[in-house]
Amino acid sequence: MLKSALIANRGEIARRIIRTAKLLGVETIAMYSDIDEKFLFVQEADKALRIGEAKPRDSYLNIDRIIAAAKESGASAIHPGYGFLSERWEFARRCETEGLIFIGPSSEVIHKMGDKYHSREIATSLGIPIPPGSGILSSVEEAKEWAAKLSFPVIFKASAGGGGIGMMKVEKVEEVAEAFDTATNRARLAFGDERVYVEKYLESPHHIEIQILGDKDGKVVTFPERECSVQRRHQKVIEESPSPFATAELRHELRHAAKRLAQGIGYTNAGTVEFVVDRHRKFYFLEINTRLQVEHPITEMITGIDLVEQQIRIASGESLLLREDSLGWKGWAIESRVYAEDSENFYPSPGNIARYIEPRGEGIRVDSGYQAGDTVSQFYDPLIAKLVVWGEDRNKAIIRMQHALDNYEITGIKNNIPFLRKAFDSGIFKSGNYDTHFISKLKEGKNE
Amino acid sequence: MTEVPSPITGSVWKILVKDGASVSEGETVVILESMKMEIRVKSPHNGRVVEIRVKEGDSVLEDDVIAIIE
Repeated sequence: MLKSALIANRGEIARRIIRTAKLLGVETIAMYSDIDEKFLFVQEADKALRIGEAKPRDSYLNIDRIIAAAKESGASAIHPGYGFLSERWEFARRCETEGLIFIGPSSEVIHKMGDKYHSREIATSLGIPIPPGSGILSSVEEAKEWAAKLSFPVIFKASAGGGGIGMMKVEKVEEVAEAFDTATNRARLAFGDERVYVEKYLESPHHIEIQILGDKDGKVVTFPERECSVQRRHQKVIEESPSPFATAELRHELRHAAKRLAQGIGYTNAGTVEFVVDRHRKFYFLEINTRLQVEHPITEMITGIDLVEQQIRIASGESLLLREDSLGWKGWAIESRVYAEDSENFYPSPGNIARYIEPRGEGIRVDSGYQAGDTVSQFYDPLIAKLVVWGEDRNKAIIRMQHALDNYEITGIKNNIPFLRKAFDSGIFKSGNYDTHFISKLKEGKNE
Repeated sequence: MTEVPSPITGSVWKILVKDGASVSEGETVVILESMKMEIRVKSPHNGRVVEIRVKEGDSVLEDDVIAIIE
């Protein structure tokens, strides 16, 4: 077992990792930027080090400072959480060369799969379907040709992309030039890599993903799917597991494809294979997230397996003891991402939390990073907390979520609880028959 | 003269027009950044930029005046 781990992250996910690490007897070391000094994750760790100023590039994105902090604190491993440096292969590589255990896959796998275009090619070579699309585009003319060939709508994507950055949906040929330029610019700014390609945009797809774990022996275990179709700006807001849209056959196919991909690339530690699924339940590989996923708790709620524990065990060199054929799951779990943002236009709303009271009770789990008096800063993600519920069936889980939202009190800053309440009250969510257009349909008042 | 307010609390990422420039309705004048999101501040009507009240890198609060357009 690892002796100690530096958590190169903040807020709720740092607290989540600390909780499990402590249960396993791993010493926890937090690192924080100046404005995070008083936060819960800093207090809860066994040790804590200041890492730099508030701006992410001076703190949570600063590889040199983080490596120095790991050395200074005597950490034997680094857990990157999600976001920040978690999917930067340079960071994983640096850990490897400095003799620190990176709790995640190898830098080689992160590098290979982090390039979205390259990961498409790998999936194809393993016989996994991908959405029809172009090669890397070198000019507006080429972009126009491909867009016409694929037929509109199409979506431009940054090869180095992630988190929805650089994605531009285009409906007609007149919009191609601007979309291509904008996607290219954003990709250059965000990732220092301007390569862009275009894909057929699937109408009303479902966004469904498979959690995987892989160990050093090449063993891969897959989990039941997570439905992640409730999104705004290509970012998830509500997730549930299992998916109300998945049939036993689709579930089997997705898990099988995820496993083939993970084994094909020699995947170790935790990861998530994302798919888009059309209304005929035809599925296409989208990307693989080479890290712990924000919505991992819903998988934990239906399987009883602690995914962070599995990550730490795998990083310690242990072989997976889980068996896929006897991996049980029961009931239904739903997660709501509670964001500091306006419930109507989803604009970010940083500021000071005045009152903060979380719901409690049977089947309710809140992973949060804040308490009353804390400031949700404009420098970081707007996620305040993840509200996760479990029920014996989907209907019971929804009712539990509605009650939990009613008993969640956050004042002082705008938050999306009113939006979430509306979403769970809608007939369309309750029916389970929703797709990635859910939020726009909800806004138009279509609520059949 | 119209005061264009900031829709959010955040910082100024990019200024796209200069004082005196003419702008059309819906044209982006300033791009703000907050919580990893870009927010475009657009001109409410056709007109001329009297003054941009912020610099790139400035922090702004919700409702702070970003620009004055006539």
